[in-house]
Amino acid sequence: MKEIAIVQGFENNLDSRNRKGIIWHVLFQASTIVGIIALIALMLNVIDSAFGYVAYEARMDPDSLTVDGIPVEDQSKDQLVALLQSTLSSGAYNKLDNETLFVDRSREEVFQLVVERIIRPKIVQVWKFWPSLTRSDEIRATVTREYPKAELDFVSWLTYDFVTRPQTSEPLTAGVRTAVLGSLWTILFTILLAFPLGVGAAIYLEEYASENWFNRIIQTNINNLAGVPSIVYGILGLAIFVRALERFTSGKMFGIVNLTSENGRTVLSAGLTLGLLVLPIIIINAQEAIRAVPRSLRNASFGVGATKWQTVWSHMLPNALPGILTGTILAISRAIGETAPLVVVGASTAISFDPSSPFSKFTTLPIQIYQWTSRPQEEFRSLAAASILVLLVLLLSLNASAVLLRNRFSRRF
Amino acid sequence: MAELTVKNLEKKASTISLRRKPRWGETIIQGLLFFSGFFSIFITLGIVYELGKEALLFFQMPGVDLLATLTTTEWKPHVNKFGIWPLLTSTLMTTLIAMAIAIPLGMGVAVYLSEYAIPKVRSTLKPILEILAGIPTIVYGYFALTFMTPLLREIFGKDVVQIYNTGSAGLVMGILILPLISSMTEDALSAVPRSLREAAYAMGATKLEVALQIVVPAALSGIAAAIIVGISRAVGETMIVAVAAGAGPNFTFSPFIGAETITGHIVRISGGDLSYDSIDYNSIFALGLFLFIITLVLNIISQAIVRRFREVYE
Amino acid sequence: MALNNNFDQKYIIETRNLDIYYGSFKAVAGVNMRVERNAITAIIGPSGCGKSTLLRAFNRMNELYADTSIEGEVTFSGQDIYARDVDPVEVRYRIGMVFQKPNPFPKSIYENIAWTARIHGYKGNMDELVENSLRQAALWDEVKDKLKQSGLSLSGGQQQRLCIARALSIKPEVILMDEPASALDPIATLKIEELMQDLKQNYTIVIVTHNMQQAARASDYTAMMMLTNGESRSGTVIEFDETNIIFTRPKDKRTEDYVTGRFG
Repeated sequence: MKEIAIVQGFENNLDSRNRKGIIWHVLFQASTIVGIIALIALMLNVIDSAFGYVAYEARMDPDSLTVDGIPVEDQSKDQLVALLQSTLSSGAYNKLDNETLFVDRSREEVFQLVVERIIRPKIVQVWKFWPSLTRSDEIRATVTREYPKAELDFVSWLTYDFVTRPQTSEPLTAGVRTAVLGSLWTILFTILLAFPLGVGAAIYLEEYASENWFNRIIQTNINNLAGVPSIVYGILGLAIFVRALERFTSGKMFGIVNLTSENGRTVLSAGLTLGLLVLPIIIINAQEAIRAVPRSLRNASFGVGATKWQTVWSHMLPNALPGILTGTILAISRAIGETAPLVVVGASTAISFDPSSPFSKFTTLPIQIYQWTSRPQEEFRSLAAASILVLLVLLLSLNASAVLLRNRFSRRF
Repeated sequence: MAELTVKNLEKKASTISLRRKPRWGETIIQGLLFFSGFFSIFITLGIVYELGKEALLFFQMPGVDLLATLTTTEWKPHVNKFGIWPLLTSTLMTTLIAMAIAIPLGMGVAVYLSEYAIPKVRSTLKPILEILAGIPTIVYGYFALTFMTPLLREIFGKDVVQIYNTGSAGLVMGILILPLISSMTEDALSAVPRSLREAAYAMGATKLEVALQIVVPAALSGIAAAIIVGISRAVGETMIVAVAAGAGPNFTFSPFIGAETITGHIVRISGGDLSYDSIDYNSIFALGLFLFIITLVLNIISQAIVRRFREVYE
Repeated sequence: MALNNNFDQKYIIETRNLDIYYGSFKAVAGVNMRVERNAITAIIGPSGCGKSTLLRAFNRMNELYADTSIEGEVTFSGQDIYARDVDPVEVRYRIGMVFQKPNPFPKSIYENIAWTARIHGYKGNMDELVENSLRQAALWDEVKDKLKQSGLSLSGGQQQRLCIARALSIKPEVILMDEPASALDPIATLKIEELMQDLKQNYTIVIVTHNMQQAARASDYTAMMMLTNGESRSGTVIEFDETNIIFTRPKDKRTEDYVTGRFG
């Protein structure tokens, strides 16, 4: 058969073709592996910073606080309160008492205050997870040599306390509660704006809009908005919500005078800005969900004399809802991860009190990560890593619920 | 009784009317739905109006003029120098590096998943890659600064690579855009009808020949659209460059030197205390408008390609 | 492919106890047939009885999709095409195929043929090869002035002849045709049938058709396929003979019912 091929002018080139095929196959496979390696590297890099040895020195030696032979960590609440009263200036003490009465604080909380205000541990060096595992002897030696007064602890930066403590400037006692609550408050207004408008627009485009130039413009416009960089929405939010609608977003309109929010850089502005950002995504996702409901179902409803809205409300929406919700959750998780527009809208750099109303100043989890990442000290990188883990867990549970929703309610037509 | 029923029927028949009745509830709902649909137009108008207005104010400020902005290479707001080129070149640098990573890898992934991987492998790998697309960009920024930059400094030397540099930001941006390009390309590849692949296989083509010479060319418009969307995404990407590319405009083409992109500059300027109607305040609107126009044009081109070159196989 | 001279030169493709599976489902069972060189063999039978599946087993097209497997043997010129060391690419190079729906590549008419020849390392005069192939497929006169146009711009019948020209360009020994005229109008169908008679001189043709007149008009041999009545519902060849015997004096009652239109 080879002879025939040559006579006809065809070369038997199968070996070289197959070789080429194998080389490219390997290349394609390698691209995929590179993608997966990148994901793994990204995760390991975060985890590497979120755990590890920390060497810290106390600014005041805890031993000097021993009273009647009882070390400070075993003292009773009253003793600790007395210690605070005697050590802190009366102004500082009264301020603490005004925030929450000492009578109402638990012993643990008071002890925490003693650590923060009196002992004040200061980090001298931080090690990542991998060196902490592999070179712990070396690290111990370094600490005893260079920081004889320092204590060395293996810490997990991500702890339950980390999630529930407010933001502070001390890395060892900082937490992300303020930021997590800020994110949740912000997202609330994002949903309130974007969900009804988004679903309404999707229903309009899929069920009501006739095929004409005007509705085509609306559709094209939505597709284009979905591709606008998020930072442009931030600038828009700054101009509209923060500046033009300041009386509304700072609460002045409602007679709320809040010194911290008079410039309109509030939770409300942030939430509405993100609402504009995710609106096109919600519309596009909801349209897809609506389109998946078969025509025959609508015809059945129209066939028994239902009006358009009756058809939409009782037949189309119940069937499209799981899809719409799934799409919305995915859009919301996009909003939760957004950073750039919120920086432009004016997230606060350092606030330690929780947001309490739509008119509060705000920070969010990604903003917090951004700020900690931008600090050069290693301990802040570790805090950023721990907050990234919190953020990823939050997003993962959102996505998981979207998948569950889809699987639970996915109907086969 | 029977008589009554018949009478009732007759009566009913005589009052049947098919005339249109006003349904106020329906009308109100329809109005609300129309408003929702129309709202997106307001957003676009809002962007164009607000950004345009403030950008105009920016160019009316003393010492600022459009020609100088477009032609000079120094952006130093404190001495009234607003040449956009340093911001533009670093945006170009990061975009270029990102695309140099994302296009070949994204295409490789797409061809592998669509043409080579058996269904089981495909259904495992696809969600894993989708995770990459769902990670917030600030996390990529962290990755660039704490992983990629040290890596580059290890490879090329600490005195060559600065702590902030466009190379590291660009590379990580490439990883961010990879899943976008791969999933759009894969969609385009799987839209190529099976009969075309069969035709090629039946002519004795190898898998590679089918994939690269038949399927990829047939999906070219979709692939081009994916690449353009990727570029638009890279130009508008903010947090990676804000964290890792450097603070301060710098007219350079070296990937190892810190330089601020358009988006990075906007973030840094607005992160501080920004007073209304200052030149800084107005400048971010001008830059935002510029960014909006670039990405809008790119997105329109990509949509036009898809519409214009959609092959008709039927 | 090692040459094996120990076979009957008269037959080019032979199957022995061929079973074809989709997963665990046996779609085709126990086929024994011999395809004669330079003849036209038709495979007929009702829809869904596995005609196309059997045809695709002759050039290993089945294995492109899903988890298909075979048991038994298919030989081409005496070689087992499913042997471990056989490259399916090589098999498809020798055994070409034309599909039910015309499927030209979205390339120019010229490139449709040139690409096919080029991947197989054709080094001769390409213009000549394209012209010859198109002439053989009786398409040259219709397209000679528009070789640069897309193959998709042609009419359905022309597209199908382009696909035949494409298959001919690499000079296969067998051409498998899977209902090549079912998507075409009667005039285009007639052209394809005339073409088959011309090609018979140099090629062996196996054609699947659901059109019994076509089988009766165009083929030399006919295989009648039908679903077995057993629990598995596999398709099998119930009768294989010269075409005029199948259509005039079939041995099997089911064949008679089918060809006379009483069934199917």
